[in-house]
Amino acid sequence: MQLDHLPLNRAAVIRAIDWDVLPDQEGHRLRSLGFEPGVTIEALHKGILMWRDPLAVRVGRMTVALRTNVAAAIDCELKP
Amino acid sequence: MTQMPPLVALVGNPNAGKSALFNALTGARQKIANYPGVTVERKSGRATFDDGQPVEMIDLPGAYSLDPDSLDEAVTRDVVLGNLEGHRRPDALVIVLDAGNLDNHLRFALELIAQGLPTVVALNMVDLAERDGLQLDAEKLARALGAPVIETVAVRRRGLAPLMAELERTLKTPRASVEPVAVSFGAKNQQARDIARSVIVSETSGRQWTRRLDSVLLHPVGGVVILLALLFLMFQAVYGWSEAPIGWIESGFALLSDAITGALPDGLFRSFLTDGVIAGVGSVIVFLPQILILFLFILLLEASGYMTRAAFVMDRVMAAVGLSGHSFIPLLSSFACAIPGIMATRTIMDQKERLATILIAPLMTCSARLPVYTVIIGAFIPSTTVGPGIGLQGLVLFGLYIAGILGAMLAAAVIQRFVTQSRTSSFLIEMPRYQWPRLRDIALNLWQRAWVFLRRAGTIIFAATIILWALLSFPKAHVGSGISQVEYSFAGRVADGLEPIVRPIGFNHDIALALIPAMAAREVAVSALATVYAIDAADEDAAASSLGPKLAADWSLATALAFLAWFVFAPQCISTIAVTRRETNGWKWPIFMVTYLFALAYAAAGITYWTARSFGL
Ligand SMILES: Nc1nc2c(ncn2[C@@H]2O[C@H](COP(=O)(O)OP(=O)(O)OP(=O)(O)O)[C@@H](O)[C@H]2O)c(=O)[nH]1
Ligand SMILES: [Mg+2]
Repeated sequence: MQLDHLPLNRAAVIRAIDWDVLPDQEGHRLRSLGFEPGVTIEALHKGILMWRDPLAVRVGRMTVALRTNVAAAIDCELKP
Repeated sequence: MTQMPPLVALVGNPNAGKSALFNALTGARQKIANYPGVTVERKSGRATFDDGQPVEMIDLPGAYSLDPDSLDEAVTRDVVLGNLEGHRRPDALVIVLDAGNLDNHLRFALELIAQGLPTVVALNMVDLAERDGLQLDAEKLARALGAPVIETVAVRRRGLAPLMAELERTLKTPRASVEPVAVSFGAKNQQARDIARSVIVSETSGRQWTRRLDSVLLHPVGGVVILLALLFLMFQAVYGWSEAPIGWIESGFALLSDAITGALPDGLFRSFLTDGVIAGVGSVIVFLPQILILFLFILLLEASGYMTRAAFVMDRVMAAVGLSGHSFIPLLSSFACAIPGIMATRTIMDQKERLATILIAPLMTCSARLPVYTVIIGAFIPSTTVGPGIGLQGLVLFGLYIAGILGAMLAAAVIQRFVTQSRTSSFLIEMPRYQWPRLRDIALNLWQRAWVFLRRAGTIIFAATIILWALLSFPKAHVGSGISQVEYSFAGRVADGLEPIVRPIGFNHDIALALIPAMAAREVAVSALATVYAIDAADEDAAASSLGPKLAADWSLATALAFLAWFVFAPQCISTIAVTRRETNGWKWPIFMVTYLFALAYAAAGITYWTARSFGL
């Protein structure tokens, strides 16, 4: 399931990230912020009004804000 | 030749507390705030070891790696690698880590340690980690990293002495030069996470303040309402809370002016003091309370951690004009002053987005415009209330802020579409934990702000006003010749030249006169008008009273509104132009900026004037 479709407040593990669809800088920053296959994440908040964009996601002990177009490149699996 | 003191750089991820540590060690007062990307330049300062030997410390922008995505990160890389022209390479590094965020900060730490420079690790913010129920084993961390680790709480000055002692020891220990080791990104990431996990002694889930607050402040609807309410409150408070203290300062100056008039004989020197210094510079100083209230709000937003949340809420709106939540942070800082705002754009990854943000930053109503707005509003807008706790004057001020914001959004849309031709923007930012703003920090900061403002009033505003006073006082018109002193003076004659250009947008001779010196600092528009009227009043032997009533008597409402509209858009500030030149490496963009802003200002003032006239104002 892609990160932008993940239900809120449920832990999930990143399965794969499609680096090719991300612009270089954003991909690099995303990795710097700790997004990598195998890492546990959790979607916390969905952005404002009708847009529901950007997302606030927990990685490790940190909260990161990212746009849904970036989140769509992140494939994850809900933890049981 | 005396030996140079050792050079030590503070490095680490954004928001780890590098600047707080730097301030604590050197006594400097670098800006610290609770969001990533506060520091954007290299800054140096002096600290001393126990034996009194000096050491030069440098504070750096936060970075995620030595492979930069934005300009501020590039500064850090250049310093660490010794590539910065005119600066030597640091002799040692202090790596600053956020104890509560090791998972993420250790990767960069490993990359830095691999550089082979003598290194000490400051495990900072251990107090916050404890608050969140996390206990760490510093010794184990030191063994895993192969570098000494000292626990610190930078903002409470805890752990400073052990840190300095360890640094001294590390610097004095001779060591074989180590070649940097290259390890792949992924491997380092894995290693970082493994170490982070292994040093945890105990972990209980804390009270999760951040999460709970976020569910309110980032709420899809509530979050928007709260942000708008906060901004509205901020601009209302600037007006509402400042009235009384402004009154006190005004009466203080009036007393002083009367005392001088009583004590000195009529003449040039007395005119210099009362018309130039007190009427001119004093008319600006009275706005100190407003400026402090504005800064108080901005400081609270910055220190609490709300800044990135505001960026989150605004991201979609900014995206509509080709920007992102990321550009919202420098723009919000520009309410204080556009110059730090423009500097702060260095953290924006997308270079076109950065350029567009720089170009619109001057449209955010900076604090230097407050005196101009307030004088005009005070003179022309009745002091009535339009709702519970909402004054009409405050509402008009809010409207002027909104006009600036809307103008900026419009300009951004046009610039991104036609000038930079960018179709992308990006928003990817870490959101720090909330913290209570520390009262002491806020108070110190406000004091600093007050000092900066008074110094500005005492130097640039004073100088511009005094020069104008002199240009207005000479040559002397003959008494009884029927020609007013202001019109006969040098300055008056220069204004004669400008007047035909600004006449079509409703400006009179006095405004033409005030516009040129206001380029030095916008507040000078106020002190210039005050000086003009003070000299005119002396001419007519009228009693000196404050500027507002004189303007109300002399200007039409249409002229006043046009003057306000002008100041919403006009690039009336040389320092902003200079910093734009520096940050864009050339004259192209500052010239573009000045041209489009003057055109906008002229059009806005003209439209306002003629619209108001057609309503018979
Ligand atoms: N509780 C606590 N807060 C700290 C500590 N050190 C810094 N802070 C706070 O953390 C925030 C970030 O501090 P800064 O010193 O601005 O961080 P920085 O590393 O210079 O950040 P950038 O310049 O953005 O890279 C501020 O709100 C500080 O008040 C600490 O040891 N304990
Ligand atoms: Mg800093």
